[in-house]
Amino acid sequence: MESTAKRKFSVREIREDFPALRQLIYGKNLIYFDNGATSQKPQFVLDAINRYYSKDNANIHRGVHYLSQKSTSDYEDARKFIANYINANSTNEIIFTKGTTDGINLVASSFGELLKEGDEIIISAMEHHSNIVPWQMLCERKKCVLRVIPITKKGDLIIEEYEKLLSSKTKLVALTHISNTLGTINPIKEIIEKAHLVGAKVLIDGAQSIQHKKIDVKDLNCDFFVFSSHKVFGPTGIGVLYGKEKILEKMPPYQGGGDMIKKVTFEKTTYNELPFKFEAGTPHIAGGICLGKALEYVSQFNMEDIENHEMMLADYAQDLLSTFEDMNIIGESKKKTSVVSFVVDGVHPFDLGTLLDKQGIAVRTGHHCTQPLMDFYKIPGTVRASFAFYNTKEEIDVFIAAVEKGISMLK
Amino acid sequence: MTLEEKQLAIIEEFSMFDDWMDKYEYIIELGKDLPKIDDSKKSDDKLITGCQSNVWLDSNFDDGKMTFFADSDAIITKGIIGLLIQVLNNEKPEDIAKSDLHFINGIGLHEHLSPTRSNGLASMVKKMKMEALKVC
Ligand SMILES: Cc1ncc(COP(=O)(O)O)c(C=O)c1O
Repeated sequence: MESTAKRKFSVREIREDFPALRQLIYGKNLIYFDNGATSQKPQFVLDAINRYYSKDNANIHRGVHYLSQKSTSDYEDARKFIANYINANSTNEIIFTKGTTDGINLVASSFGELLKEGDEIIISAMEHHSNIVPWQMLCERKKCVLRVIPITKKGDLIIEEYEKLLSSKTKLVALTHISNTLGTINPIKEIIEKAHLVGAKVLIDGAQSIQHKKIDVKDLNCDFFVFSSHKVFGPTGIGVLYGKEKILEKMPPYQGGGDMIKKVTFEKTTYNELPFKFEAGTPHIAGGICLGKALEYVSQFNMEDIENHEMMLADYAQDLLSTFEDMNIIGESKKKTSVVSFVVDGVHPFDLGTLLDKQGIAVRTGHHCTQPLMDFYKIPGTVRASFAFYNTKEEIDVFIAAVEKGISMLK
Repeated sequence: MTLEEKQLAIIEEFSMFDDWMDKYEYIIELGKDLPKIDDSKKSDDKLITGCQSNVWLDSNFDDGKMTFFADSDAIITKGIIGLLIQVLNNEKPEDIAKSDLHFINGIGLHEHLSPTRSNGLASMVKKMKMEALKVC
């Protein structure tokens, strides 16, 4: 797939690429609005998975034989593609991980080793548990202090409060690019700049942005950027940690084992170079290759076309939902994308989710791994519809009718 | 009716619905009819936390028979609780402890009792049986 001449953005044609979208659930056409949790996979990626296991399967980096060399070069080509895709300086900055959570844990564990008692880490009130708990564990281990940027009721970070939290003690700011619960797109460029002024590094949780926005790590000037393959149309079990080479160089290895070493003796082991220093053991080879394929698939399109379509869907859904009685939209930032979270007074999200499911509509209910955020809004959870570029306005019409029916049954 | 007969009666009743939404309409009505547990009595020892919905369970043992009172913040969960109570109320603790609640499967609601569903129902059934065992 050549990425220079972009493919025309036709939702109808895009849907053809995703076999999972063409199925009946309880006799109804599946409407898949749980893209925030994970995305469906295009045939292009499915074929690559199949090809890898049915033809190319071999362990990488050590073999002299043909297949081992082929899978090694496919895996390393994927790394190259990913580096280019997010505009990293080199493949040394692209560490394969199991996913966003794994990437954050790697940084918390390894970068965390460089922190001292009293150092401070800043997160925000809208973080996923994956971007809270590893820092809490680090703070306990290293006696560091965790600070939290508060948000407004509408779901925006309060930047003045962030500025007050910054000091020479701040060593790291770990922040989500887009909130999985609220849909808020955070002004990360501004946040990164401000953190750098006090000498702090910045980790961006890109789990919810890589599939919706053009990511340019050089332009953002973030120090770390993490994402999961499965949310960007690739396989599960693989993800990426981007880190600036200078910083990664200074960080100690994360896990020990094969592949991450240069030489092992019982007296002393020397470690491999970047990026392998952080990749112990046989990696998820098919995963890495096929994440490359997933990004290749996305790169046929103009990211702006994807963004515009998704924004249109989210606005349309939110406008229609807002007309319901007793409706509360959770997350009303002016800058949001592709996620609509809501609660209806007197209706438990779990009940509504169950009734939507029986009408063939997949949404997520609950706290979305953001319990502190639920506490902030004083709700047990929300119903969340999250869209991808293969969703349509017609699906939203069906969804709205189903919500209406569900509410009338439950009230 | 025996415990088994009560189960068969529910399966019979549900066989009339050929649409999922009708089935749930019925369950929701059951949930709405089930008496609430007073908020003041919803103490933590009666609470079974599921990650999606919470269940409160209380029981009584009198005259050789058990009675259960239960409530939930989610109405579908509550409706299913209503069915479980229909089946298990006024039964002997030993019968409850060894009961096989196959009607849940029979009416297609087994997914709600799966421990991964995290609505508290699976733990509730376990707790109902434990409370029966305590007085056996
Ligand atoms: C904002 C955010 N961060 C982190 C994660 C964790 O991603 P994963 O479970 O793929 O590691 C998610 C996924 O739900 C997310 O939405």
